Amino acid sequence: MSSALLVEQLLNGLQLGVMLYLMAAGLTLIFGVMGLINLAHGSLYMVGAFACAAVAAWTGSFFLALIGALIAAAAAGALMEILVIRRLYGRDHLDQVLATFALILVFSEATRWLFGPFPLYLDIPAILQGTVPLPGGSRYQIYRLAIIGVGIAVAIGLYLLISRTRLGMRIRAGESDREMIAALGVDIRTLYTVVFALGAGLAGLAGAMIGPLQSVQVGMGEPVLILAFVVIVIGGIGSNRGALIGAILVGVVDTMGRALLPGVLSGLLGPSAAATTGSSLASMLIYLVMVVILVFRPRGLFPAGS
Amino acid sequence: MITRERLVEITLVLLLAAVPIAAQLLNEPFYLTLATRVAILGLAAVGLNIALGLGGLVSFGHAAFFGVGGYVAGVLAIHAFNGTPMLLGLPGTKLMPFIWIVAILVSGLVALGIGALTLRTSGVYFIMITLAFAQMIYYFAISWPAYGGEDGLSFYVRNGFPGVDTLKPLPFLLICYALLALGLILFQVLRKSRFGAALQGARQNEVRVAATGISPYRIRLVAFVIWAMITGVAGALYADLNRFVSPAMLSWHMSGELIVLIVLGGVGRRFGPVVGAGLYVLLEYWLGGITERWQLFLGLMLLGVVLFARGGLIGLLAGKPRHG
Repeated sequence: MSSALLVEQLLNGLQLGVMLYLMAAGLTLIFGVMGLINLAHGSLYMVGAFACAAVAAWTGSFFLALIGALIAAAAAGALMEILVIRRLYGRDHLDQVLATFALILVFSEATRWLFGPFPLYLDIPAILQGTVPLPGGSRYQIYRLAIIGVGIAVAIGLYLLISRTRLGMRIRAGESDREMIAALGVDIRTLYTVVFALGAGLAGLAGAMIGPLQSVQVGMGEPVLILAFVVIVIGGIGSNRGALIGAILVGVVDTMGRALLPGVLSGLLGPSAAATTGSSLASMLIYLVMVVILVFRPRGLFPAGS
Repeated sequence: MITRERLVEITLVLLLAAVPIAAQLLNEPFYLTLATRVAILGLAAVGLNIALGLGGLVSFGHAAFFGVGGYVAGVLAIHAFNGTPMLLGLPGTKLMPFIWIVAILVSGLVALGIGALTLRTSGVYFIMITLAFAQMIYYFAISWPAYGGEDGLSFYVRNGFPGVDTLKPLPFLLICYALLALGLILFQVLRKSRFGAALQGARQNEVRVAATGISPYRIRLVAFVIWAMITGVAGALYADLNRFVSPAMLSWHMSGELIVLIVLGGVGRRFGPVVGAGLYVLLEYWLGGITERWQLFLGLMLLGVVLFARGGLIGLLAGKPRHG
C-alpha cells in the first residue's frame, strides 16, 4: 500500500471519528448529567439530515440548511425531552431503553410519512467542492477536510463551554449533585432541557454534514448510534475527553482495518480468501478492540469522576 | 383458590388451543401461521423473562442468540440438502431434534463467551456492550459470503421431525406449542428453585446475595446462558417457520421487539411472554392490515405502556403480582 493511500485512509478515519464524536459527545453529556440512556439519539441525527435536505432544496443554500438542521434537531430534542424523556429520569434503565426505542419507531415512521420512502440527496456546497493535493501525489476532498475542521472546532467549543461558562458550571454541578444545585436555586428542569437540546443539536449537525457524502434516508442514524455506543464504552461514560479520543480511535481503526486487512491477509491466505476473511474481520475489528479495552479497563479509558 | 392471574392463564391456554380449531372451521390456514409465530416469539420471550424478569438483566443483544439459532438451522439444512460436509467433516442434518441440540450448544457457547465479558459490567454499560456484541455478529453474518451474506439463506423444505409431517402447518404448530409449554415449565421450575431465588435475590440486592456466599456473577452467567439456549431454539424454529434466515434475525430491531413483547405482556409474570407475543402478532396483523405505518402506532402505544401502564397487559387484567 502506497503512502498516499495510507494518508488518505487516515484522513477518512479522522473524518469518521469526528462524526462519531459529535454523536458520542451528546450521548455522554446526557448520560453524565441526567443518567439517561437515549437510543433515539440516532433519530435526532436523522432529523438533522432530513431538515438539512429540506432547507437546502427550499433555499438553495447549504449553509442556511446547516443552521436549519441545527435548529430543527435541537427543537426536536427539546420537544422530546419535555414530552417524554422528562418522565424517565427517575426510572430504571429498562423503561428508558423501551421508551426511547418506541421513539425510534415513531420518528422513523413519521419521517417516512413526511418525506416518502425514497432517499434524498444533497450536493456539496460550491465553495467546498474540489480537492487539495496530499503528500504522496493523491488528492483529497475539501469537504471532508471541512468536516474534520468543524468537528475539532466543536470539540474545543464544547470544552470551553463546559469548563469556562456559567452554563458549563451548572452542567458540571448537575453531574455531581443534582439536589444541591436545585437547592441553590438553579432551575434544574430547564437545565436538563437545555442539555438535551444541546446534545440533540450536535447529533443533528453530524447528520446534516454527512448528508452530501451519503444518501439521506430513514434508519441512517442507527449504525452511527451503535458505533457511538462503542465509542462511549471505550472512552468511559460521561467523559467528554473520552468521547473525543474514543471516537478518533474507533474511526481510524475501523477505516484502516477495512483498507489494510485484506492486503495484510493475502500473504497468508491467498487473494480471494483474504478478501472475504479480511472484510469480515474488518467489520468486527472495532468490537474486538472494545473487548480488549474492557478486559483491561472495565470502566473505559477515561472513567468519569476519576 | 383460583387467583385472577390463574384465570387469565387458563383463558389464554384455551384461546391458543382454540386457534387450530377455528382455523379448521373457518378454513383459514393463515391463522395457524399466526399462532405459530405467537408460540415461537413467546418461547424466545420466555428465555428473556428468565434473564430480565427474574434476573433484572436489561440487555439489547439477545437477537444474537435468536439469529445464531436460526443460522444453525439454516446451515445444517443446507449442508444436508447439498450433501456437503461442514466444519471438521461433520454432515448436516434435516432432523429438528438434532438441530435444536446443536442450536442449544452453539448459542450456549456464544453466550458463555459474551456473558463472561459483559457481566463484568452492569447497567448502561451492560446494555451498550451486549448491543455491540450482537452488532458484531450481525456484521459478521452480513460480510461472510459463504451462507448468503446480506441476502440471507433460503432452504426450500422445512426440516423434519420423526413421525410428524412438519410441512403441514398444524403439526408444526403443535411442535411449537409443545416447546413453548416446555419453556414455560422450565421457567416455573427455575423460579421456584434455589437458583431462581438466588437470581431474584441478585436483582433485588446484590450485596446481600454476595454476603450469603453466592457469587452474583456466576448466577447471572448461568441465567444468561440458559436464556441464550432457549432463545437459540426459538430462533431455529423461526427459521423453520419461514424456511429462511437472514441477518435481520440478528439485528437490534429484533432485540427491541423481543423486549417490547415481554413488556407489553408483563415483565416477570409466568405468562407475560405469551400474552405479549399474542398481542404483538395480533397488532402486527390487525394494524398492519389497516395501515402501512403500523409501527408508528406501535411506538405510541409502547410509549403509553412504559409511561402509564407499567404492569403490561397481565398487570391490567390480573392486578399486581403477589410478591416480587
